[in-house]
Amino acid sequence: MAEPLDDYIDAVAQALALPIEEAWRPAIRANLEVSLRLARLVDEFALPDETEPAPVFAA
Amino acid sequence: MTTAPEGTAANIARAVAGGKLSALDATEAALARIKQHDTILNSFTDVTAERARAKARAIDADIAAGRKVGPLAGVPFAVKNLFDVAGLPTRAGSKINRDRAPAARDATLIERMEAAGAVLVGALNMGEYAYDFTGENVHDGPSRNPHDVTRMSGGSSGGSGSAVGGALVPIALGSDTNGSIRVPSSFCGIFGLKPTYGRLSRARSFPFVASLDHLGPFARSVTDLALAYDAMQGPDADDAACTTRPVEPVTPLLSEPISGLRVAIAGGYFQKNVFPEAVEAVGRVAKALGATRVVDIPEAARARAAAYVITTTEGASLHLDRLRQRPNDFDPAVRDRLIAGAMVPAALVDRAQKFRRWYRARLAEIFGSVDVLLAPATPCTAPKLGQVTFKLDGVELPVRANIGVHTQPISFIGLPVVAVPVPLEPMPIGVQIIAAPWREDIALRVAHALERMGVVSAPSPRGF
Repeated sequence: MAEPLDDYIDAVAQALALPIEEAWRPAIRANLEVSLRLARLVDEFALPDETEPAPVFAA
Repeated sequence: MTTAPEGTAANIARAVAGGKLSALDATEAALARIKQHDTILNSFTDVTAERARAKARAIDADIAAGRKVGPLAGVPFAVKNLFDVAGLPTRAGSKINRDRAPAARDATLIERMEAAGAVLVGALNMGEYAYDFTGENVHDGPSRNPHDVTRMSGGSSGGSGSAVGGALVPIALGSDTNGSIRVPSSFCGIFGLKPTYGRLSRARSFPFVASLDHLGPFARSVTDLALAYDAMQGPDADDAACTTRPVEPVTPLLSEPISGLRVAIAGGYFQKNVFPEAVEAVGRVAKALGATRVVDIPEAARARAAAYVITTTEGASLHLDRLRQRPNDFDPAVRDRLIAGAMVPAALVDRAQKFRRWYRARLAEIFGSVDVLLAPATPCTAPKLGQVTFKLDGVELPVRANIGVHTQPISFIGLPVVAVPVPLEPMPIGVQIIAAPWREDIALRVAHALERMGVVSAPSPRGF
């Protein structure tokens, strides 16, 4: 049975021209689940619209 | 094996400058130690013996001619193999990069160390492309812990931790994106400095995460750490993130009293998910400094999450072509993390960068009333090589994902940290001495005071 993220993984891999072998898929999916879970934790945090990103960061 | 006190960088440099020891003899001694012990430790991937001898002879010639030599005259050092070393391909722990052309010029920090008289003796093992906390490497084998060679050195600067912890060289250089200087320092029982983001030039080193990459030194004493740090400071147009601040030498300030400094213990997040040895180590350091105040760093878990997101996506961007062209030449675990990183939506990455700004402002508020924060460097002492999980409060947790939980929220906003080794039995463990941006001097002064009190020290290696 296909996992929920599989269609997304296939679509992004195609858009980025990334080769993915079937044997790698479970580990890629597991890593993506962790990344998205942690990204959601950041996403949930409300920030003012005016907040500047810190791409090159002078401490 | 024991480490004679004369083996410190400061003592070697003093003896060489004073004509009591030749730079060549100091170099040969390091090369002999590497030859004798590195078959076990596996910390070096390249030994640059002829280059080192040539450099040492030049220093000895300067001394014979009465010319002034630098503060690190004749001191052997080695660098994580993501630093460019002229004549070597910069492998960055990978198989793929071995096909690169040899570097035409040394990294800036190597040039500065050698300008101060230090002698490069080789390049050091590391986790592939620095995406690692264990010190294991599928291509080169693991660097090993000098106190128990069945244990991890810590990553990703594992060879740096192993070589200095094993007293093969008094100073090594490494990189720290999420903890890769502080973790090996903790596991191998040595001192490590992750300076303020932008303080030391990264020019001609192989990158990982431009937003978070730092370079810094490892040593067996705070004096040696400060000597190396001072030698490497200064602006560099070849690194876009390098500060234009002038050199701010710390060595002359090390012995200044610390009694006026306000020291607090990082609470909340930093007191969770820790083994008793980490609690014991922070407790000893706090007691010695008379610190009782506990300060909560708000949203540290979210900071760690944001660091993770920025790391995996910027890492993916860096390696995108290699992932397309040579996916089977990566460590499979690194490849699968990077491919997943390429799939994180850009809007979430932008939010992580914006969160960084918010979090930095909260830390700036804390540093209005605190000079130093104390936190564990790692949640545990060095796990066994190949260990996948550990049990904490009866819960089985993955090792790799949890080693850096206490370092990531700190490097996320570039704060300077000295990792100090608390010599617990049977294995040492590190504590982070964290200061406000650009106040490496404060973190190093506190580390030096702790060293003089006998609370922190680099134990002699006894695992081989």
